[in-house]
Amino acid sequence: MLSFPRRFRSILRPAAALAALPAMAGCNKMVVLDAAGDVARRQGDLVMISTVLMLLIIVPVMALTIVFAWRYRAANKEARYEPDWDHSTQLELVIWAAPLLIIICLGALTWVGTHLLDPYRAIGRTAPGRPVAATEKPLDIQVVALDWKWLFIYPEQGIATVNELALPTNRPVRFRISASSVMNSFYVPALAGQIYAMPGMETKLHAVLNEPGRYEGFSANYSGAGFSHMRFAVNGLDDAGFAAWARDARQSRNTLDRLAYLRLEQPSENEPHRRFASVEPGLFDAVVNMCVEPGKMCMRDMMAIDARGGLGLAGIHNTRRLSYDKFAARGSNPAPRRGAVTALCEPEAGDGAGSGLAAPVDPSPLLGAGLSRPGERRPGTSDDARRVVAFDPAPPATGKP
Amino acid sequence: MTAQPTPISPIFGRFTLDALPLHEPIIVGTFAAVAIGGLAVLALITRFKLWGWLWNEWFTSVDHKKIGIMYMVLGLVMFLRGFADAIMMRLQQVWAFNGSEGYLNAHHYDQVFTAHGVIMIFFVAMPFVTGLMNYVVPLQIGARDVSFPFLNNFSFWMTTAGAVLVMMSLFVGEFAQTGWLAYPPLSGIAYSPATGVDYYIWALQIAGVGTTLSGINLIATILKMRAPGMTLMKMPVFTWTSLCTNVLIVASFPVLTAVLTLLSLDRYVGTNFFTNDFGGSPMMYVNLIWIWGHPEVYILILPLFGVFSEVTATFSGKKLFGYTSMVYATVVITILSYVVWLHHFFTMGSGASVNSFFGITTMVISIPTGAKLFNWLFTMYRGRIRFELPMMWTVAFMLTFVVGGMTGVLLAVPPADFVLHNSLFLIAHFHNVIIGGVLFGLFAAINFWWPKAFGFRLDPFWGKISFWCWVVGFWLAFMPLYVLGLMGVTRRMRVFDDPSLQIWFAIAALGAVIIAAGIGAMLVQFGVSIWKRDQLRDTTGDPWGGRTLEWSTSSPPPEYNFAFTPVVHSLDAWYDMKTRGHERPLSGYRPIHMPRGTGTGVILSALSLVMGVGLIWYVWWLAGLAFAGILVVAIGHTFNYKRDFHIPAATVETVETGRTRALAAGA
Amino acid sequence: MTAIAITPEADLRFYDLDEHDHPDGHSTMLGFWIYLMSDCLIFAILFACYAVLGGNYAAGPGPKDLFELPLVAVNTAMLLFSSITYGFAMLAMQRDQLNQTRLWLLITAVFGGAFLAIELYEFQHLIHIGATPQRSAFLSAFFTLVGTHGLHVTFGTIWLFTLVVQISRKGLIEANKRRLQCLSLFWHFLDVIWIGVFTIVYLMGMLR
Repeated sequence: MLSFPRRFRSILRPAAALAALPAMAGCNKMVVLDAAGDVARRQGDLVMISTVLMLLIIVPVMALTIVFAWRYRAANKEARYEPDWDHSTQLELVIWAAPLLIIICLGALTWVGTHLLDPYRAIGRTAPGRPVAATEKPLDIQVVALDWKWLFIYPEQGIATVNELALPTNRPVRFRISASSVMNSFYVPALAGQIYAMPGMETKLHAVLNEPGRYEGFSANYSGAGFSHMRFAVNGLDDAGFAAWARDARQSRNTLDRLAYLRLEQPSENEPHRRFASVEPGLFDAVVNMCVEPGKMCMRDMMAIDARGGLGLAGIHNTRRLSYDKFAARGSNPAPRRGAVTALCEPEAGDGAGSGLAAPVDPSPLLGAGLSRPGERRPGTSDDARRVVAFDPAPPATGKP
Repeated sequence: MTAQPTPISPIFGRFTLDALPLHEPIIVGTFAAVAIGGLAVLALITRFKLWGWLWNEWFTSVDHKKIGIMYMVLGLVMFLRGFADAIMMRLQQVWAFNGSEGYLNAHHYDQVFTAHGVIMIFFVAMPFVTGLMNYVVPLQIGARDVSFPFLNNFSFWMTTAGAVLVMMSLFVGEFAQTGWLAYPPLSGIAYSPATGVDYYIWALQIAGVGTTLSGINLIATILKMRAPGMTLMKMPVFTWTSLCTNVLIVASFPVLTAVLTLLSLDRYVGTNFFTNDFGGSPMMYVNLIWIWGHPEVYILILPLFGVFSEVTATFSGKKLFGYTSMVYATVVITILSYVVWLHHFFTMGSGASVNSFFGITTMVISIPTGAKLFNWLFTMYRGRIRFELPMMWTVAFMLTFVVGGMTGVLLAVPPADFVLHNSLFLIAHFHNVIIGGVLFGLFAAINFWWPKAFGFRLDPFWGKISFWCWVVGFWLAFMPLYVLGLMGVTRRMRVFDDPSLQIWFAIAALGAVIIAAGIGAMLVQFGVSIWKRDQLRDTTGDPWGGRTLEWSTSSPPPEYNFAFTPVVHSLDAWYDMKTRGHERPLSGYRPIHMPRGTGTGVILSALSLVMGVGLIWYVWWLAGLAFAGILVVAIGHTFNYKRDFHIPAATVETVETGRTRALAAGA
Repeated sequence: MTAIAITPEADLRFYDLDEHDHPDGHSTMLGFWIYLMSDCLIFAILFACYAVLGGNYAAGPGPKDLFELPLVAVNTAMLLFSSITYGFAMLAMQRDQLNQTRLWLLITAVFGGAFLAIELYEFQHLIHIGATPQRSAFLSAFFTLVGTHGLHVTFGTIWLFTLVVQISRKGLIEANKRRLQCLSLFWHFLDVIWIGVFTIVYLMGMLR
């Protein structure tokens, strides 16, 4: 239903565009209706079909309005005048039924279209007539909306970029999207519809780019002062070009570990393109779980603990101030009262949370601070102490591991 | 703008002289203009010794007609402010191309679009709609006032206090830079630590008290104070739509109150409802605010649907087609408006089934709305349409609104919304329904009921100039935004890279200028009409051949509205009275029981304003004192048991004899 | 236009020539009901927040660690008793017994005050051990829901004392009776809300 032949579409598009819009001489193209990616194209088609469907009733209504207004003007004494005519069952049936029929059609279209074009659903084809093989693995790209720039991590290639998104054409892409601080919306009009990027949460988007070329992406949800400049270049490359691009990125001298991420995360505007030759493993998961800063409890751990009833009274004081506050740059006064729940375990070796990170945070009071230690009793906490032990926290760190 | 916290002074809170935007030339200029204008008005009032008159006859009045007019004045004043914001945005967006940053920095621009949205919805559309209902509903149902006249006055002043807070933020501190719904975490204390969001919260909270109480008041009025014989299905359509609107108000504004309270707790106390850490959920806020926000849209448009019904029937010289289905359509819209909120954030990733459910419920609303449109159409059919200004606005509405309705249904298709959400297409859509529906309806209403309120018509010449400027300006200003939306341009952008977009912004800016001319013409229209009021005078009380009860009394109506309460026998009660030859009783007047005016409403709202200022600036002692003051005044008010008086029969007789003479002279 | 005289139909009346004033406060009860429903909506939102956020302990304490059911049961009893005694006050009011009414009202205030005192004690205890509203979304939702109810009871108590003064000064006149009826609705409404709080927050919290 949503994939009718190109010829039909090529007729439909200008026709409807003309119907709805004034002349568009010399303007740049309406990317929403003529996208370079299969998903966006189908979404654009849905816009057109729905519009045409609704015009079926809108045009007659507008025409009737003008006709009646003209024909029954007071000056026209020829027209019939029936001041007491105010009811007609047949007519009322029609005026309720006509919109109802249109809405039934549109509703069916909506139901099917919404499920078919669900951003969470792996795409079934890369282009009309080109189904995706079940074995074909989509390219994974992790997207983080930062203040106010975009970070793209390519786990397969082990590289990352800022404000630059390179895509191989005709290969399904799976975006995993999150944000560092406030809500943004990840949108490349040429590629596919948008989806929100939210802190502490992960959204997904499946899409494919069909035509090579340069496109633009941006945040489509206002996120603060630097929002207008929160744009990124999208580069559609063929397979060889993409491989070359990735190779090139690996030549960069930058690496993205937690420390580099925390620096990157600080608010800034108009960031130039930047590439990272390597990315610390698990960085994106730490971003989604809001525990890039060492010593901060990951959301998944917190949720697992909560699902088991929390940490009891002993957990009350297991919080700390964030000694490093990326928000300070935004505010004027007063100082935001920011804190976080402290992690129970040390960062795993290889998380990169080792020596390099001593600078922004002093880890000594972090780990399990506030928890009563095994064997030590506080009044009224005997039960809870046991529960904490069952959870097996690491002993408090005394220094660098 | 330092990261260092400013110490909070125990006396001045976080207020320092830096909070005055003395370094912003635009604001200083605006302040100078407002100050000079304000001082001139104050001086004139003093010069002509009008203070006592204003205080006694207007500010403390509990007369629903005067309160209605004051609401309209408030709406008009705030409309000029909101429109100034709109012009500033249009100018910035047409300017900031080719590397130019425009003339507004982000700090300023972000406040402008936030203020524009907040002001236009809360302090323009709401006062206009509330004022209209306040003025017309009691007259249409043959009542002498509303159920709770004091509450009515209090509600008005609370709305005004909210408006004052918003205006104050322009000159002291700053307004929110969050967009008009202030989504957290952006609106949380971590990302918006300054006063902006606090101004937003307290302005809406204070005004919200007024709105909710006024909703309760009008529901009680409509249910309890109808003239004898007026059953629910004999109520004028405008009264029906007002009833549904007020039900919506009462059933949705508490949600706003609650959700803003939670946001303020997050900001003031440090709770974690909508924060990122400690288990908070910003998505909860988005859901809750739209559970209020979507019904709010219908709060704005439903009364105007009523206006169009009255106007179409009156100027087509015909009974309204399909009254019953009109009423049911209104009720259906009222109910459905609560099950569509999620369509404002399909892009949050709720899953296909949830998204399609809310998409389809949204589309279903277009069915009763469509039925209404057809009803107006068939009211015109076989009528004798007089194209006076109200009718012109109605036809313009019908032609404009259908387009907005269509694009709205389009946005309800989730995959289409994925590509159009937050784009200028969306902006064009809702301005298409709010200007094409709400504002055009208000202009129809103002032209329609002005003679009732003041006893003379509005000048049609300037009215027509205003009409054409508005209609042409609207299409020029917003059609380019549809195009830009389809080009993938998103909203709230301050600068642009792509030079090919500029032409569309230029057209939109031109449209805005033409709209400005339309507003100017409308102000001239008011002025000219007041100047030429003797030529435009209406002595009949029924200048348009009206059909409902408000046209049965004099223009302007006496304080007591009706010397004798009308008895209703059919829909279109006044038309029925005229055709069946009623006779106006000329004797047997009785004393009329009326509510007495009181200044308590003004005092309470002034104290609320002070409390709001104290809370915004962390001046705790001031907030505390003001709160204590509110309690004392409110309790003190309940010790006043004498809240009414009787208009003596002799006075009624004098007034009514005057009307009899005027009618005779006119005939 | 009105001057055009068509023969009037004989028995058709278009004006109420013999009307009487609307009795004072004829729509007060309706208006107050509508207000209560809007207030109910505020509580509905707070309950919804508690339902959604109530399990987010942020690795802190949960209901089982914090709540002491016996204390809350006593607290609930206080509020339920206050509703009963308010009912007695209303019965006395209907019999026009001023002193009885006043006495029952004051007893109601004592129960209401006891309820508030116990609640404040509970809050103070929680904050003292560090289970503050800032600690987790669960505690934020808990304090806000229960605290909003407590604020309502506080205002109800202030209102009650105001009415005691007013009936002492003016007697059980119509206006005062109407006010007592409104407060009665308000008071019982708060009772109903508390039943919800007790069930959903405390009882179900212990089962969680």
